[in-house]
Amino acid sequence: MAPFIRLKSISKHFADVVAVDNLSLDIEKGELFCLLGASGCGKSTLLRLLAGFESPTKGTIEIDGQDMAGVAPADRPVNFMFQNYALFPHMSVADNIGYGLRRAGMRGTELGERVESLLKLVRLQKLGGRKPHQLSGGQRQRVALARALARRPKLLLLDEPLAALDKKLREDTQFELVDIQEKLGTTFIVVTHDQEEAMTLAGRIGIMDAGQLVQVDAPRSLYERPKSSFVADFLGTISFVDAIVASCDKTSITIGGDLNICAASDDDLPVGSAVKLAIRPEKIYLSRTKNGGVNEIEVVVEDLAYLGFATNYRVKTASGQMFKLQQQQRRSLDAPLSWGETGYVHFDPQDVIVLKD
Amino acid sequence: MGRMNGLVLSLGALGFGILYLPIIIMIIFSFNAGKLVSVWSGASLKWYAGLLENDQLLSAFGTSLLIALWAATIATIFGICIAVAFVRFGNFRSRLALSAIASAPLVMPEIVTGLSMLLLFISMESLFGWPSGRGVDTIIIAHATFGMCFAAVVIQARLRDFDMAIEEAAADLGATQPFIFLSITLPVIAPAVVAAWLLAFTLSFDDLVIASFVSGPGSSTLPIVIFSKVRLGVTPEINALATVMIVVVAVAVIGASWAIRRRLSGRDQNQ
Repeated sequence: MAPFIRLKSISKHFADVVAVDNLSLDIEKGELFCLLGASGCGKSTLLRLLAGFESPTKGTIEIDGQDMAGVAPADRPVNFMFQNYALFPHMSVADNIGYGLRRAGMRGTELGERVESLLKLVRLQKLGGRKPHQLSGGQRQRVALARALARRPKLLLLDEPLAALDKKLREDTQFELVDIQEKLGTTFIVVTHDQEEAMTLAGRIGIMDAGQLVQVDAPRSLYERPKSSFVADFLGTISFVDAIVASCDKTSITIGGDLNICAASDDDLPVGSAVKLAIRPEKIYLSRTKNGGVNEIEVVVEDLAYLGFATNYRVKTASGQMFKLQQQQRRSLDAPLSWGETGYVHFDPQDVIVLKD
Repeated sequence: MGRMNGLVLSLGALGFGILYLPIIIMIIFSFNAGKLVSVWSGASLKWYAGLLENDQLLSAFGTSLLIALWAATIATIFGICIAVAFVRFGNFRSRLALSAIASAPLVMPEIVTGLSMLLLFISMESLFGWPSGRGVDTIIIAHATFGMCFAAVVIQARLRDFDMAIEEAAADLGATQPFIFLSITLPVIAPAVVAAWLLAFTLSFDDLVIASFVSGPGSSTLPIVIFSKVRLGVTPEINALATVMIVVVAVAVIGASWAIRRRLSGRDQNQ
């Protein structure tokens, strides 16, 4: 069976700017898919192409098996939730939500009941008569969601749905959005620049850069097994080590030189080839004394930041290699290392990411 | 700080004094019982009563009202079209030239506008036989023409900070372009449209120069009648008439700005 949404070699040019560059992507029915990228990477353009506000320069878009070329936004089984909500300022909440239904010819009690059930879905039952300017940011966001869901779209496109909310509200709203998506089973495509938001919301994330999808994967795979240094660096914090393969069997790579790092690997890499190793800060353990395991390196503390639940360190080896690491404060008996003190970092070969680019 | 406030206050008082003192004096003397404009001889409403019996003034008032209503409406409709063209259609060819043409009447001397309008109507009459002579219709056309430039400026300003996503949202929810304009765009820019209409209305209502060029027999507007009367000497009756005009215009303007402020305060909270 064909996937629910199929983008085939989509390109979009604005004058001489290439916003989307030969991009292909399949999305399954009922998925909550996140497009994540820095501003200007083409993620919003991709969303507008799906909505029909723009048409692709090249390539085809299929939704539910139907080619979308030449289909107007109103005729697509798709609705759009705008970044600043784009509520109609002169209409009440109920009229905002009912706008699309009225366009579809719905009137009278049917319309009233449908609007009422949508208000209930987003927990705004009592506020149907308010104007948008009489609502809080979170309430406006929910009105926009209800309005976009009113016509029961097969696909809902959300452009930075939580960006306008403050941090605390954003966290609550994230879970609420996922709940609603699961309850309705509608396919959601969310565009965001906030990686935490993407990680919380999405079943799969597509990371975009310069109009192309760099990697599409589940949040955990993206974080633990990035396929390129761009993705590794883009998500969270990471330390990179440039290295040359000294020996390699099916299970491990050894790096020569003064660092002598071991890494687990599935691939065969020729001896002498250049690789980049990447290690997440929470996977590195820092101790005052030598333990004598693999991947133990002597370091000096360059910088530290006490966060309460943990401490962030920047440490440096004798050869000048930097590591960023995060040490949880588990045992308060351990006197933490301070500026300029010497200690040892340890990490498991399983936790070393081997990147070939 | 206190001295600063005092200075600001007295400068403000001076400015408003120069603006409004003559008007206040005129209003006071419209209640004067005597015939002399500058000598007070007791209060009376007889000049107001006299207005109601003066058929010439009443019919001029009616003519002016009719002309202003039509001219303001036509000017606003064309003003909306101009504003939409300039704000929405991007950089179309000859945009610069067109915007210069559209705003030129704002700074054009009225006497030039009036004269050129008159010449246009005369040559049109000799070419197509219309308009036959000058009258109410030619004044309406002339007033609508210069009024629409003012209307366009007012509406453009509002349309420029209009969030396009609102229209896209309506399109996404199944509305067609004409319906989006009527149900979304127009209501949102309504305060500016009302303001533009009122501006065009007052411009037309108190215009003397252009109207005197393009008016014909039987189409004398109120300012034309007042001006011809004043040439024979200012009477308290004129004071009373002017007071009535001020009240009409002031009520309209205050009402409109109140309505606009109410809409705007709602919008500001929304941001």
